[in-house]
Amino acid sequence: MIRPALLVLALLAGPARAEEIFVSNERDNTVSVIDSRDWSVARTFPVGRRPRGLTFSPDGRRLYVCASDSDAVQVIDPDTGRLLHDLPSGEDPEQFALAPDGRTLFIANENNATTTVVDAEARRVLAQIDVGIEPEGMAVSPDGALAVTTSETTNMVHWIDARTLQAIDATPVGQRPRHAEFTRDGRTLWVSSEIGGTVSVIDVATRQVVETIAFEIKGISADRIQPVGIALTEDGATAFVALGPSDRVAAIDTRTRTVTAYILVGRRVWHVAMLPGGRELVTTNGVSGDVTVIDAAALKAVRSVKVGRYPWGAAVRPAPGAARPEGRAAGGGE
Amino acid sequence: METSRGRMPTRSDLAGGGRARVAAALALAALLGPAHAAPEGGAPTQARQPTPLAIHYIERRVERPKPLNNEPPVPDDEGRAGAQLGLADGNATGRFVGLRFSLRTSVVEPGADLRAALTEGEGARFLVVNAPAADLLALADMPETRDAVILNVGAPDVALRDRDCRARLLHVLPSRDMLADALVQLLAHKRWTRILLVQGPGAGDAAYAEALRRSARKFGARIVAESSFDARGADLRDSALREFALVTRGPEHDVVAVADEAGEFGPNLVYNTASPRPVVGTQGLSPAAWGRPVEAWAAVQLQARFAKLAQRPMGPVDWAGWMAVHAVTEAATQLKSADPEAVRRLLLSDRFEVGGFKGRALSFRAWNGQLRQPVFVLWPGAVVAAAPVEGFLHRRTELDTLGLDAPESACRAFGGSR
Repeated sequence: MIRPALLVLALLAGPARAEEIFVSNERDNTVSVIDSRDWSVARTFPVGRRPRGLTFSPDGRRLYVCASDSDAVQVIDPDTGRLLHDLPSGEDPEQFALAPDGRTLFIANENNATTTVVDAEARRVLAQIDVGIEPEGMAVSPDGALAVTTSETTNMVHWIDARTLQAIDATPVGQRPRHAEFTRDGRTLWVSSEIGGTVSVIDVATRQVVETIAFEIKGISADRIQPVGIALTEDGATAFVALGPSDRVAAIDTRTRTVTAYILVGRRVWHVAMLPGGRELVTTNGVSGDVTVIDAAALKAVRSVKVGRYPWGAAVRPAPGAARPEGRAAGGGE
Repeated sequence: METSRGRMPTRSDLAGGGRARVAAALALAALLGPAHAAPEGGAPTQARQPTPLAIHYIERRVERPKPLNNEPPVPDDEGRAGAQLGLADGNATGRFVGLRFSLRTSVVEPGADLRAALTEGEGARFLVVNAPAADLLALADMPETRDAVILNVGAPDVALRDRDCRARLLHVLPSRDMLADALVQLLAHKRWTRILLVQGPGAGDAAYAEALRRSARKFGARIVAESSFDARGADLRDSALREFALVTRGPEHDVVAVADEAGEFGPNLVYNTASPRPVVGTQGLSPAAWGRPVEAWAAVQLQARFAKLAQRPMGPVDWAGWMAVHAVTEAATQLKSADPEAVRRLLLSDRFEVGGFKGRALSFRAWNGQLRQPVFVLWPGAVVAAAPVEGFLHRRTELDTLGLDAPESACRAFGGSR
């Protein structure tokens, strides 16, 4: 076993980046692991039923997976795919977000209109908070003070004080809000509305919608443009929004809040995840069963990688051996 | 959810005393504890308990034949259970903006005057009505409903969306022509365009058959032959093999379409045609507003909530009942207002859009009050397609390829050109 290890080290010498992209396959009950060095599926391992959101611990050594039909958040060793244990998660966990402390997990329980807060280390439920119907999107502010969840049928963003674990406010947004993403400075929250066909930009201080971004694609009827996943570049200059059955990802200039490009990807694109360094991002395409790799500077799709059936969420970590500080996730918050 | 159903906390209420449930036992303790002892949930909110926006569900009970083949009968609470779920959903949402909704239900026996139910309604301005066309028109023409919005969840009659339309009478259930258009779009897409039509004796059967004929003309399909079948007097268990062979014999065809709304013979026609052809229409491959196999677009969530409430699968009229109440509560929530006049104006305006677990924003057509919506084409085992089917285009929205478009509708009660 020494030789292959040396070989890996040799490959890693120099500036070559290496990431692993973990993709949840909703229909197959598996996770596919893509190696960014050659964009091959390095391995696939089984997880619980109907896996959706997934995210990494800050050190990349634990993978959390929402197995929504198993009513569990699974903690998995990402190197081996071995299930370490389940976390108490509440019924039907759909998406979650890990707080900056690396241990407080906010979980959206879609079927029973609650957010479950779990201490991932003590494996203990800290609170269950009543929110609107069908909570889905979850995000924690970069300073860890606020958590938000979006409720798909109530059509609101619910604000949770992360210290007291109380719902403190609700902001109405467009129909069927699905995903929430804080900007790195924590001042702005981006929320997609799948049926409304818009993205709401919310000022966190006032909790008011300051801008509603609409989309228009020539030759695609407006109601096929259904925003779901959102990813922001590290410099905050660009937002990428997955537009569902329009099979496009929109690139948005965050300063002018105008769409600069529509990028054709696979069919029914759910989520997007940036790779560290920001040169590339990946999309999960539910109907075509693949992942599209986008060149973030050229705003072009450069390749597609076949994964399992109904790929949904994606999370990124440095490949073992490559020392990179953090992973980023989509469909699971960060 | 149980903790929140008793009262509807407002936004500030949540800020002040929102509940974090640590565990079931703790939640119970909190509920029983002194701070939460009163059903209203404590003094601070009692004074601000909002006046509910009243919705009245009115249903005409219909006697139906016993289903064939030991199939379950149409549920007694069809439509009603949907409206109840709509109320629960509406209140779960409304509490975040300080709104509350109430639902009164009246079930009128066959032969009794449906209009009498209105006097029990305490002047509700939103009437969700599950009744035949004649009842709807009688209600709509009463002076007492002048300021009401009536939402039709049970009558598929095209005439109600055409020359018999009424201002403020909205149709949540798809009309027969929308159903037929959905089915024929799929047939055209598959190039199964030669149709042999078998029609039952009922007035609804005739209307369904007529809708199929119109759709065939609209989308380039062809009715190659027609026959009729009356199941009365025959025991299908004995005679099906022989009799169905006779009525389904005809020129070359791709499908056998059946118009049998009461299900008096259609279920037995499947796999019993003269030629090996699929049965489509009221049985076999059917167009419907909703059905048990529907699961895309988060329908699974709605199906699960309904099954929990009603202990059975959700049908088209249940969906329409849910959708009608959801539309009213959603309009109020968007306005953050329980003012019935404001809610009515928004519902009838072209600004109003609402989700309905069908993958698209739904809205009411300005020319006849029909809710524009996708229609599923399904059989009990699976959804085969959701119409509008790919390739059927419309300059406004593809959804308007289903049913009467503005120039085709004789309805003028909504102001015609809007």
